[in-house]
Amino acid sequence: MPELKFDKTKCAECKATSCLVKCQYMDFKDKDKAKKEWQKVINGEDSSVLEACTTCYACEEYCPFGNHPFYMIVERQEEKDILPAPRPIVTMWINQCEPVGRFMVGKIEEKALSYCFMPQLNALVGGKLFENIAHSSFFGQEFFCNVVYLHYAKMSVIKDRLPKVIENIARLGVKEVICLHDECYGCFTSLAPAYGIEVPFKPIHYYEFLYNRLKELENEIKPLNVKVAYQRNCSARLCPETDHYVDDIFGLLGVERIKREYDRKNALCCAEIIRMAKGPAMADDLQKKNIDDMVKFGAKYCVFNCPACYDSLAEKVIKAGIDPIHMIDLCRLALGEERGQKLPLEGMPALQAAMEDRQYE
Amino acid sequence: MSDVYEVLQKIVGKDYVSSRAEERYFYGRDPGLMPPHEPDYVVMPKTTEEVQEIIKLANREKVPVTPKGGGLALTGLVIPLKGGIVMDMKRMDRILELNEKARYVVVEAGVTHGALKSYLQKHHPHLRHSIPDSPPIATIVANAVIHGQGRLTQQRGFNSDMVSGLEVVLATGELCRIGSCALSSQWFSKGPPLPDLSGLFLGWFGSTGIITKLGMKLYPCKKIRDVMLFLTDKVDLVPEVIRKLTHTEMVEDIVVTAQPIPLRFKGNFYIVLFITGDSEEEIEFKKKMAWEALMVYFESRDGGFVSVTPDMKPPFLAMPSKDTARFADVSKGGGFEYSGPIAPIDKYPVYLEKLEELASKYKLFYSSAARVINGGHSMMFSFSYTFNRANPDEMKRAKVALDEAAEFALEEDGVIWKPNINEQQMVMERMDPNTLKLMTSIKQLLDPNRIMNPGNWEAK
Repeated sequence: MPELKFDKTKCAECKATSCLVKCQYMDFKDKDKAKKEWQKVINGEDSSVLEACTTCYACEEYCPFGNHPFYMIVERQEEKDILPAPRPIVTMWINQCEPVGRFMVGKIEEKALSYCFMPQLNALVGGKLFENIAHSSFFGQEFFCNVVYLHYAKMSVIKDRLPKVIENIARLGVKEVICLHDECYGCFTSLAPAYGIEVPFKPIHYYEFLYNRLKELENEIKPLNVKVAYQRNCSARLCPETDHYVDDIFGLLGVERIKREYDRKNALCCAEIIRMAKGPAMADDLQKKNIDDMVKFGAKYCVFNCPACYDSLAEKVIKAGIDPIHMIDLCRLALGEERGQKLPLEGMPALQAAMEDRQYE
Repeated sequence: MSDVYEVLQKIVGKDYVSSRAEERYFYGRDPGLMPPHEPDYVVMPKTTEEVQEIIKLANREKVPVTPKGGGLALTGLVIPLKGGIVMDMKRMDRILELNEKARYVVVEAGVTHGALKSYLQKHHPHLRHSIPDSPPIATIVANAVIHGQGRLTQQRGFNSDMVSGLEVVLATGELCRIGSCALSSQWFSKGPPLPDLSGLFLGWFGSTGIITKLGMKLYPCKKIRDVMLFLTDKVDLVPEVIRKLTHTEMVEDIVVTAQPIPLRFKGNFYIVLFITGDSEEEIEFKKKMAWEALMVYFESRDGGFVSVTPDMKPPFLAMPSKDTARFADVSKGGGFEYSGPIAPIDKYPVYLEKLEELASKYKLFYSSAARVINGGHSMMFSFSYTFNRANPDEMKRAKVALDEAAEFALEEDGVIWKPNINEQQMVMERMDPNTLKLMTSIKQLLDPNRIMNPGNWEAK
């Protein structure tokens, strides 16, 4: 099994213990207390951190040394059989993503799109942005990055499945993989290297792809001239170096990323994992804070990076008077195309009416 | 017998009677595993009067009559075991009356659940009825006759409990009304405060009379429906989870599913809760109550609610659910049958164990979707097995497994739901002798010439 490359000396020398001090869900304002608690985690001792962690991934970004504190937390949780979520939910996740030979592979070229194991992405990929590459794509459990198991203290499943997943992708003969879900990108650029797993292809974040395509199509962009709230997701913490693309893309689209409290390093989790793990009270509270913050700063759209965040929050942001939209669809709107992803309005006539009214405005 | 054919033609018209081989083939079987037996004639009456004339003819000539609705019970209840006439009720498809304030509808015997659903959505969107998870061509009358269940069963009981009156053609051809409609112009009660005679016909599979009209209670159709999924991997917790949920009185319907494929279901019991409300606040309150009722399992990590994403909701909320048909094709041959004992909820773990044991023993795919009945007084536990219709050996194994499941259910305090004729014999053999004597007397009184769906509920 691959082992985490973790340098204890970096933590020993660290004065800030940002991994815990900056955590939005645990109270570690006291640096000394944080340092002691983190030492317990490193030593494999019982620590409140292991129980209280919401698995938001943010400490991966907070750590200035790239020492992978979150991966360490997950390792320790698993060693101690701590279940961040109820056991049946963990079982469900492990089972449903097990490769069963029902993958889909298009006409693969040297550069290909990875749909990971997210069928929602199928609705998004279309139009001018993808016209020369949509055919070169793959989907299924066989190509699923497995990073989601970080939420369930199951690093062992990742370590077991990931090398095979990478091998499956490499066997397609692909040289560059455009990851439509940034969890895959984070997997290949952060998690795999942290465990010494070789990645024999070049991962490209889809934001980089979108930006480059938009530059090529710049003459066709009609600026949207709207304010948007950006919903930064957990796996974005594994690849914070890509966040500038959000601003770059918004710049091309004529979109203002509102300067709200819960964005960038202070972003709040979509809270659906938290709902399953910590219960509805905490999740509802976080979602309310997050959406209130979007409303307060006058966002017209809530722009999502992750389809799972979209699933979690779309209904709720609609109810708050904001249009939920995936980044790809936002780009398509600016190119004069229709959005690919339907709004989750089925069975909600009041919401449907509200959205229709809004479209006439 | 050619006289019978000619008389039938005179009663219903030549287009609606047949003795052709292809029709006799079709009407000689159902989608389940019971052996076929062809009728001599198929007839499709349009009116109650035509039904009366057909029955008078049959009684005079001592020709068996088997009524048929959608023919979807899977246990051979519409197979004419002794030939004779199959009376297909589908042409009697009128929705006759709807009383908004008393919340009932009167339908003819061929009205389907799909048609009534569509009618209510269009004309009375604030009213609904209990829709079973069978295909929408299932008829309301046949479903009530087999004590079917639907989306309101957890709150309101069997669909037969929701009947509010009957019109029945007896074996003599006489017409009889049951319930308030026997003396009032309105169909608001099938019995009380009178002696409840509906029990002479409901559950008898047409062996005591043919229902031509039926009053069915309707219920408020709330503006919002939502679904919650609670998972546990401990079978012993399932009865207590149900008890806690039904205690809240917040849940419209509860279904417990267990199946090994697709893999996401493996190793867990999915307890599906449907919530309804007229406002977001009402929905949120009911969800909160459900969460709090099961918080103890969440804290012990033995169970938890899994998020239902927007793309998951429509299939869950579909009425009827299409998942049964999907499951039926697991063996890639479209065959599926289940034995569905009605049993106390605390029997869930032993039934589940037997379901898995039989699947393993006979190498079959299985699933179970158990529906909670009437606030948890009982549940319908389904021993469901799929088979490929092109694989006789697999069909045989499925049949044997279902027979064993029925035996087991009876040993474990269950009562077999919509039993096939073999299961009816099992039930009658175990029944209190005086109860069986009473049933036999009733059958003899109502059908002295044994023409009404003969073979059913006949003690050997």
